[in-house]
Amino acid sequence: MNERNATISKGVDWSLAWIYLLLVAVGITAIFAVTYKEGDPIIQSFLGFKTDYSKQFYFFITSGIIGIFILLTDSKFFTATANLWYAFGIFLLLLVFPFHSSVKGTESIIRFGGFQFQPAEFCKICVSLALAKYLSRPDTDFTRTRAQLIAAGIVLFPAMLTIMQSETGLALVYFSFFIVMYREGLPSTILVIGFSLAGLVVATLLVEKNTLALILTAIAVLFIYFLGRQARRRQYLVFNVILLWLVCVGVQRFGVPFAFKHVLKLYQVERIYSTVGKEVPTEYVRARETELTIQTGKKKDPDYNVKQSKIAIGSGGLTGKGLLRSTQTRYGFVPEQRTDFIFDTIGEGFGFVGSILLLAVYLLLLFRIVTMAERQRSVFSRCYAYGVAAVFFFHLVINVGMTVGLAPVIGIPLPFISYGGTSLLTFTILLFILIRLDADRQMVLR
Amino acid sequence: MPVFNQSRSRIIRIIFLAAFLVLAAQIFHLQVISREYKKQADINAIFAKRVYPSRGIIFDRKNKAILSNILMYDLMVTPSEIKGIDTNYFCQLMEIDTAEFRKRIKTAIIKNKAFRPSVFEELLTPQKYARMEENMWRFSNGFFLQPRPVRSYPYNAAAHILGYINEVDTSIINKSNGYYLPGDYSGRTGLEQYYEKVLMGERGTELWIKDNFNRLVGHYQNGAFDTPAVAGRNLRTYIDVDVQQLAEKLLTNKIGAVVAIEPKTGGIIAMASGPGFNPNDLTGPDKQRNYSRMVLDVSRPLYNRAIKGQYPGGSTYKPLGALIGLDEGVITPESGYPCRGAYYECKRPIKCTEKWPGHAANLRLAIAYSCNSFFSSTIRKTIDNPKYHNARIGLTKWKEYCNAFGYGHKLGVDIPNENGGNIPDTTTYDKEYRGQWNSCTMTGGGLGIGQDKMLVTPLQIANAICIVANKGYYYLPHFVKSIDDETEEDTSLVNKFRKKHSVLTHIPDDVYEVVISGMHDVTLVGTAAAIPKIPGIEICAKTGTAQNKRVIDKKVVELKDHSLFVCFAPRENPKIAVSVIIENGGFGATWAGPIGYLLVEKYLTDSLRADRQKEVERIAAANLMPSYLTREQFIADSIRAYEWFKLTRDSSYIDKYTYEEIDESLLHQKHTPSPAGKKINPYSAMALIDDKNFRKKSCFEMNS
Repeated sequence: MNERNATISKGVDWSLAWIYLLLVAVGITAIFAVTYKEGDPIIQSFLGFKTDYSKQFYFFITSGIIGIFILLTDSKFFTATANLWYAFGIFLLLLVFPFHSSVKGTESIIRFGGFQFQPAEFCKICVSLALAKYLSRPDTDFTRTRAQLIAAGIVLFPAMLTIMQSETGLALVYFSFFIVMYREGLPSTILVIGFSLAGLVVATLLVEKNTLALILTAIAVLFIYFLGRQARRRQYLVFNVILLWLVCVGVQRFGVPFAFKHVLKLYQVERIYSTVGKEVPTEYVRARETELTIQTGKKKDPDYNVKQSKIAIGSGGLTGKGLLRSTQTRYGFVPEQRTDFIFDTIGEGFGFVGSILLLAVYLLLLFRIVTMAERQRSVFSRCYAYGVAAVFFFHLVINVGMTVGLAPVIGIPLPFISYGGTSLLTFTILLFILIRLDADRQMVLR
Repeated sequence: MPVFNQSRSRIIRIIFLAAFLVLAAQIFHLQVISREYKKQADINAIFAKRVYPSRGIIFDRKNKAILSNILMYDLMVTPSEIKGIDTNYFCQLMEIDTAEFRKRIKTAIIKNKAFRPSVFEELLTPQKYARMEENMWRFSNGFFLQPRPVRSYPYNAAAHILGYINEVDTSIINKSNGYYLPGDYSGRTGLEQYYEKVLMGERGTELWIKDNFNRLVGHYQNGAFDTPAVAGRNLRTYIDVDVQQLAEKLLTNKIGAVVAIEPKTGGIIAMASGPGFNPNDLTGPDKQRNYSRMVLDVSRPLYNRAIKGQYPGGSTYKPLGALIGLDEGVITPESGYPCRGAYYECKRPIKCTEKWPGHAANLRLAIAYSCNSFFSSTIRKTIDNPKYHNARIGLTKWKEYCNAFGYGHKLGVDIPNENGGNIPDTTTYDKEYRGQWNSCTMTGGGLGIGQDKMLVTPLQIANAICIVANKGYYYLPHFVKSIDDETEEDTSLVNKFRKKHSVLTHIPDDVYEVVISGMHDVTLVGTAAAIPKIPGIEICAKTGTAQNKRVIDKKVVELKDHSLFVCFAPRENPKIAVSVIIENGGFGATWAGPIGYLLVEKYLTDSLRADRQKEVERIAAANLMPSYLTREQFIADSIRAYEWFKLTRDSSYIDKYTYEEIDESLLHQKHTPSPAGKKINPYSAMALIDDKNFRKKSCFEMNS
């Protein structure tokens, strides 16, 4: 027994395990704070599997056991079966289409017995493994466009399936894997272009469209003017600038309106606009008139969640109100309190100090994972570690961002803290595979 | 694998750090810099529930509670919780049909949302309450009974004095500088209004935590920030509730007023106005219906004639006229007037009831026989006082005396909406006679015998007689003797009633004695001699019979005289002074006199003799309501029906009036200034404009 323990624990990065335990503990406490009613017997309800905190507690135990099993596994197993995992993940995603059960507007959940399972969550593990596997293949030359496209395909295929299940939020998570690709040599220009495009879209939302077109034109004209003599010698430069200008104006004048009118749902448009603090322009609403008339029966303030969430966090002040003294998070002012908006509980209960400490713990986790990634001798392990970091990072930024009003409300959980069995299990598996791989970093060469 | 990419790990770390900093900055902004969210959170989650203290009780002079608080019950409903109840049985118990049931639930949902409790029926009648209480277990899903303290009046008396309480309206809220909030109750009229601050106590606040559906889920911080309610304080009054009840009984089916004051203190023993109403009518489930009924009644039962009714003082003024003449030195107790049945010295003769010579041989006799000629000559002498050489100064001087007696201005009794009456002065006559007037002008009009332009309220008459009884001083008439746990603020409220007003104390007591003797003679040999004496009690009294006119159907009609009576008793050390007015009651001694005697006997001996009890029944049974009321009621109702018809094209009400030919001009009568100084009751005007349903209901009730 002892000998075996020694082999399990050998090389295990305990700091990650401790952070994991800390975050899960914070999560259960926060869920407890939201759902506990005065007078409930604490121990009974903790063990009773009736309340949410009790359920989360059992989810944690289950996840922990699975985590230990992962630690017991040979790390080569994951390298070897990565593609199989991917296939399995896609299979589950496809299985959703005939067998899904509709819960709260999503079509991404399979139910068997009393349990619900969301393949879109689980598939993150598969993609992390598969991407790592592909990038670590000896014959992959990631400097070539073909390899880059294949990698993007591996990532975006499940994302597409997820969008088809009306889980746009979860699908966006897959875009975080571009961080992995970036680390492995994806040209910086792609990132620059990506960020510029994002900036352009935000600008479209904020600035009146004719003004923006004028500004873009002015920038282009100035650019050509300053190119001056060079432009005459290298005419393709001028051509490129004009092309870029055309693309920008095209996106701004036609691309974004088209997406808002015909691609995105009205509630998504509303959420995006409410994030930048503006009303949805009537043209988008009119384009969705039929959809709107169906909704008007229960028309809600699209801003409501974020407003209440900001109030809850804001009312926490510097040091917070204390766990069970919170008023906003305990009495149901914020919808989806236990799941997507769990950060409010921390913000209200523990104030600025508590929120920053929690974020700092996450930052520590991310930095630790990056450090671990860089010390791997195997490319597979490194890519996988970056994948894990990217997924955590994306979840953290979007989730906290939406509670404080910086990101649109897309329902993705805060890792280890939000209530929910699938998400806790997914993140646990992600993390423990990393720990397992890291523990064996000396043994494996790639 | 290319090693150069290792530098990108740093960039990735920088991205992570940058995201962290952006989030941290936003959190810092939300939690530390902006105070807005904290406030918003409090608005969201903290509900300041007002806690109402119980209102103070009002006691009479024998410490009987004239009004008290009882609990009545509102039937409350939480529509979202209604589950599996027997609606039919419920409706049967509540005496409504299922359509009405559905309508009320719908209203509740619209008003208050389905998951919050709303009133299903307020102030259940005792019968309904008993039925519902017994069956509450059947309906506990969604229904509950909520107690509510309500005023109750065990003696069914003193409605005009006490006033009533009602929910505050917008104007009160605006005037109160935010003190009152919608849903509060405040005193309206009477002691309830005057002593509102004392009676209501201090509201407390309980901070509750509410959830996103505005449901209360618990005390905020276990009540650490709650402020307790302070109970309203009780009032101890001078009222004798037995006398009060008797006075109201005697005024049954009469228009008039009664005021009884304790001369030594100014404390009001009883004050009644006829027609009156039962104060319990304005509490409980039927209050709205009763209120509208009374508002639309042209005999105006809500109108407190004791402080608002303005009447010619008639002969009750004569003792005062005598005192003024004596003090001015224009007459002496020995002065007489050779009356032959009328006063002929001015153009129009003023008739006197007595014709036999010597009935005004001296002041005492003149008062006893109420000689009009004597007092007409006295006022002329007062106005033409040789001291002043000018009738203007004489009249001004006379007015000063009258004001000193409390006439011509509001006395400041501790119930609101008092009227001041009228004492004419030089400007009045200058205006009417373009400066061309002399002492004959008003004397001929009857100023010397309390007619002409003199108008006084029953309260003023009683107070003036207190001055005579006290030989020169008075306290402002008031009800409240003391306030329990009196504070400094209260003291400032009641201090003016504790101040002695020594107005005519410079007149020697023996001069008063002459007037008082005359008033005593009134009961022995004079105008009130026919009223049976009270054994062992010497009453000093003065009867009055005042002429009055009224415009009815655009014609000035001379109506039957008002019957007036004032008295105080006992003669030595007087304990009660009474003034009585019965409109169109005829001679003073016919109705007002006996009523005054009964009140005195009841108060001084604390009981009534058996034959007096019969007299009470006789007076109470007499219906002296003037006949013009029927006509006025008809006009008022038909106008209302016509207005209703114009507004709604619903002719069902006006049909009732078409059997008679209606003069079109009657329908427009309300646009002309109201005749005979009768103002349009603001309540009824408001009621007509405000609420169509109310109006419909009122019309219906009036006519059916």
